[in-house]
Amino acid sequence: MSVAEDRHSPAVSAFGQAMRSFTLLRESLVAMIGTGIVVFWASVAIFAPVIAPFTGTEIVVPFAMPGDVAPDGRVFWLGTDALGRDVLSRVIWGSRTVLLYAPLATFAAYALGIVMGVAAGYLRGWVDTALSFVSNAILSFPVMVLYVIIITSVGASALNIVLAVTFASGPGIMRIVRGLVLDLRNREYVAAAQTRGEGAWYIMLIEILPNARGPLIVDVCLRLGYVTITIGALGFLGLGLPPPNPDWGGMVSENRAFATVFPHMVIFPCIAISSFVLGLNLLADGLREISLRD
Amino acid sequence: MLILILRRIGNMLLIMLAVSLVLFLLLEINGDAVAAKVLGAFSTDEQRRLWLAANGYDDPLYTRYFRWLSGFLTGNLGESITFQAPVAEVLWPRLQNTIVLGALTMAVVIPLSLTLGVIAGMRESSVTDRVISIGSVLTTSVPEFATAVFLSAIFVFLLGWLPGTSAMINGFDPVQLILPVAVLVIYDFGYVTRMTRASMAEVMTTNYIRTAILKGLPFRRVITRHALRNALIAPFTVIMLQINWLLSGVIVVEFFFGYKGFGSLLLEASLNQDIFVIEACTMIAVFVAVTTQTLADIGYGFLNPRIRFQ
Repeated sequence: MSVAEDRHSPAVSAFGQAMRSFTLLRESLVAMIGTGIVVFWASVAIFAPVIAPFTGTEIVVPFAMPGDVAPDGRVFWLGTDALGRDVLSRVIWGSRTVLLYAPLATFAAYALGIVMGVAAGYLRGWVDTALSFVSNAILSFPVMVLYVIIITSVGASALNIVLAVTFASGPGIMRIVRGLVLDLRNREYVAAAQTRGEGAWYIMLIEILPNARGPLIVDVCLRLGYVTITIGALGFLGLGLPPPNPDWGGMVSENRAFATVFPHMVIFPCIAISSFVLGLNLLADGLREISLRD
Repeated sequence: MLILILRRIGNMLLIMLAVSLVLFLLLEINGDAVAAKVLGAFSTDEQRRLWLAANGYDDPLYTRYFRWLSGFLTGNLGESITFQAPVAEVLWPRLQNTIVLGALTMAVVIPLSLTLGVIAGMRESSVTDRVISIGSVLTTSVPEFATAVFLSAIFVFLLGWLPGTSAMINGFDPVQLILPVAVLVIYDFGYVTRMTRASMAEVMTTNYIRTAILKGLPFRRVITRHALRNALIAPFTVIMLQINWLLSGVIVVEFFFGYKGFGSLLLEASLNQDIFVIEACTMIAVFVAVTTQTLADIGYGFLNPRIRFQ
C-alpha cells in the first residue's frame, strides 16, 4: 500500500476494493484480532436494545452482586450499581455513547485537520506559517489541561465534547497531513492537474488527498482509540455527558465512592473501554505492519 | 547550532505569548463575568462595579493585558477565590507534590522502557520482541482511570496491601505514592518502549552494525559500543515530550487517588471557576510543556552529529 503507486482506478469497484483490503487484513493476525474486537463492540452497540436485559436507566435493586436475581426473575449478570441500575445493561447501552461520539469527534477533527493540513502543505507561504503557528500553540498545551479548561468554561454536553476534541486534535492531524502533502505536491499528476487549469481546492482534495490516505488510515485507528480514552477520562472527571445516559467513564465516576467495597460497579465499564481501545490499537498496528510489508 | 538554539527559544517565547493572550481573552475579556466569579453570584451590581473600578478593569483591554502579563512575570498571580489566599501560596505546595509524583514516575519509566525497547529492538520479530511489543500496546490501551480501578481492585480490595487514597492527611507517606506512580508508569512506559524499539530496530539494519557483527565482535559489544549510541538519540526526544503527556495523566490520577497536587488543583479551580488559579496553572503547564519541547529540540541537535556539525 505504498502511497505513490496507489492511484485511483475507476475500474475497481468499491466492493472489489473492500474485498482486497479484507484479504490484506487476513495476512496479519494482530489486525484480525483488532478487527474482531472492534466488530464485537460495534455489534453490541447496534443490537443493544435486543441484548440488554434492562434499559440501563431503570432503577431495580441497588447494590446487587453479580449473579443476583431481580424480583421479576431476570438475572443481574454483572450486578447493579449504587442507584440500582443493571451494570451489564449500562455497559451495553454505554457502548452506543462511545461508538457514536468517539468516531463523530474523530471525523470532525479530521475534517478540520485535513483542510488545514492540505492548505498549509499545498499553498505554503503565509498560510502555512499562520496555520503552523496556531497549531503549535494549541499543541503546546498538555491535552487534558486544554480539555478541562474548555469543557468547564463551555459546559459538559455531547456537542461541546465533540467540538473540544476537534479543536484539540485538529492541529495534530494537520501536521501529519501537511507533511504528506509537502511530499506529494511535486508529483506529475499534480502538475498535470495544474496544467489542465484545475482549481487549488480541486487539486488539494481530489488529486492529493486520496494519495495520502495510507498513513492516515493507521492514524485514524490510533486517534479513535485516543479519543475514546479522552471521552472516558472526561466522563470519569465528571465532565462527560450529563446523566443518566450511560457512558463508560461516567459509570466509574458515579460509583467511585463504592468501588472499594463493590468493585463490580466500576471494573466492568473499565474492561469495556480498555478492550475497545485495545482493539483499535491492534488494528492500527496490524495495518501498519501490512503497509510496511508491501 | 547557536542560531538553532536562539530560534527555538524565540519560538518558545512567541508561543507562550500567544497562549497567554488567548487565555486572557478567554477568561478576562468580560470584566463583569470576572467580578461575578470573584464576588459570587449574590453580589449586587453596585458591588461588582466598585470591585471592577478598584481593580483597574475600567482601563482599555490592552492596558489590562500588559498589566496582567507583567503581574505574571513578577510573580503576582492574583488571589484565589476558593482558598481566599494568594495564588502563589496555594500553588507552590501543590506543584511540589506533583514534581515528586512526576519525578518518581520518570525515574521508573526511563530505565524500564529503554531496557525493554533495546531488548525488543535488538532482535526484531523474536519471541521476546513480540511479548514486549504486545505488552506495550496492551498497557497503553488501558486508560489511566481504568488502570487505577484495576490496581485498586487487586491491591486495595482483594489483597488489602495498599491504601486506596493518597491524600497524605497524616503527613507525607511514601506508601501512598505507590499506586499513583504505578498507574502513570503503566500508561506511559509503552509508548517510550515502542519508540526505543523502533529506533533500535532501525539501527540494527544499518551497514555499520552488519560490519561489526561480520568482523566477529561479540554481540554484546556490538550492542553496547556501536548500536546504543545511535539508537538512544530518538528516545531522548520522546522522553522529553512524554513530560507533556505526564501533565495530562496527572490530572486523572491525582483526582482518582485524591492526591493534593497540581492536576487536582487545576481541576478543582476549573470546576469552581477560580479564574486566577486556572490562569496560573495553565500558564505553568504550558510553560513546562513548551520548555521540554524546546529542550528536546536543542538536545536532539547536540546528540545527533548529523545536525550538530551542519
